[in-house]
Amino acid sequence: MTPGLEVSGGETMLFWVLAPLMVLAALGLLFVRRAVHAAMCLVFVMISLAIMYVAQEAPFLGVVQVVVYTGAVMMLFLFVLMLVGVDASDSLTETIKGQRWIGVLLGLGFAVVLTGVVAQATFQSPVGLESANAVTNPVALARVLFGDYVLAMEAVGVLLVTAATGALVLTHRRQLTTRRTQRTTADARVRALTEGVSLTPLPAPGVYAQNNAMDTPALDPAGRPVPESVPRVLRIRGQERSVTALLDAEAAIVGTDTSGDAVGPPAGLPAGQDPDSTPTLPAREA
Amino acid sequence: MEITNYAVLACILFAIGATTVLLRRNAIVVFMGVELMLNATNLAFVTFARVHGDVTGQVLAFFVMVVAAAEVVVGLAIIVTIFRTRRSASVDDVNLLKG
Repeated sequence: MTPGLEVSGGETMLFWVLAPLMVLAALGLLFVRRAVHAAMCLVFVMISLAIMYVAQEAPFLGVVQVVVYTGAVMMLFLFVLMLVGVDASDSLTETIKGQRWIGVLLGLGFAVVLTGVVAQATFQSPVGLESANAVTNPVALARVLFGDYVLAMEAVGVLLVTAATGALVLTHRRQLTTRRTQRTTADARVRALTEGVSLTPLPAPGVYAQNNAMDTPALDPAGRPVPESVPRVLRIRGQERSVTALLDAEAAIVGTDTSGDAVGPPAGLPAGQDPDSTPTLPAREA
Repeated sequence: MEITNYAVLACILFAIGATTVLLRRNAIVVFMGVELMLNATNLAFVTFARVHGDVTGQVLAFFVMVVAAAEVVVGLAIIVTIFRTRRSASVDDVNLLKG
């Protein structure tokens, strides 16, 4: 029998650096509130596992771990998280009373039992894979995979195809209503004309000497503010500016600007205009 | 260092994964717990393959990975479908099968 395998110092160090970090990241899965952060924790655990596989004389599995788990599975998780909503966090109300404590107790008990079994069992002295990996690790794996496990390998292939088809069928949405085209949209808008919906685009916000932001209403030819020119949300929130205040500010600036008449005289807007009067636009028409 | 340290680490990771499945409500995080358990068993497989000097353990870990990939695809498809009809990914809200 070959002499027992000695774990090298470098591997020992690698283990003691990675293992606590892995356990911490795995615990993050339990305590982190957001699902995206949990996914990131799991990605860390999986990459650390890949490093451990390479250290444990399984380089092929290490690469497969990175490609399949962190590359495919976790990306799938992230895509589904984006579909479901990234901020979909857990509800904290307990539907089963005391479930949290029972769960923690069961988890701790499980960990104690498992580690107890491992600690109690006597293992043979480790052989190491040096002789088995003599033909390089992927070749050795392939000989077992396509030798002893051909049938299982083919069954797994069938399983993969079935899973892919199943996922397609599950997520496929059948068209329940007729497809909406430009034609139907246009017809619907014309039909809604009787309900006060306008066919044309809404008027743009007003442009003043100092303001042209979304919250400034435009003025109609009679000088009254047009409410539709301000976005509906701002109107509901009451965040639109009053036209009176805007025109007053303009008038105040024009009124104080007496030093140079380069801008032109304030024709219809005397400085002492009553602020509560309905705003008119003589300055603009002048 | 004993090589069984790896096995102990696998046990701890498995227990954490199981606790995640028991405690979390978000179906996707519950699924991540299942993945963590599968990964922990893979670590145990690889460790024991090394102890016995036989790559069969690694082949089994490879099979676990493939089956886990298939399982994730179908599971996530189910979660997406449930989310479409129920607007929720919480395992508490899924009592569709109740009469």
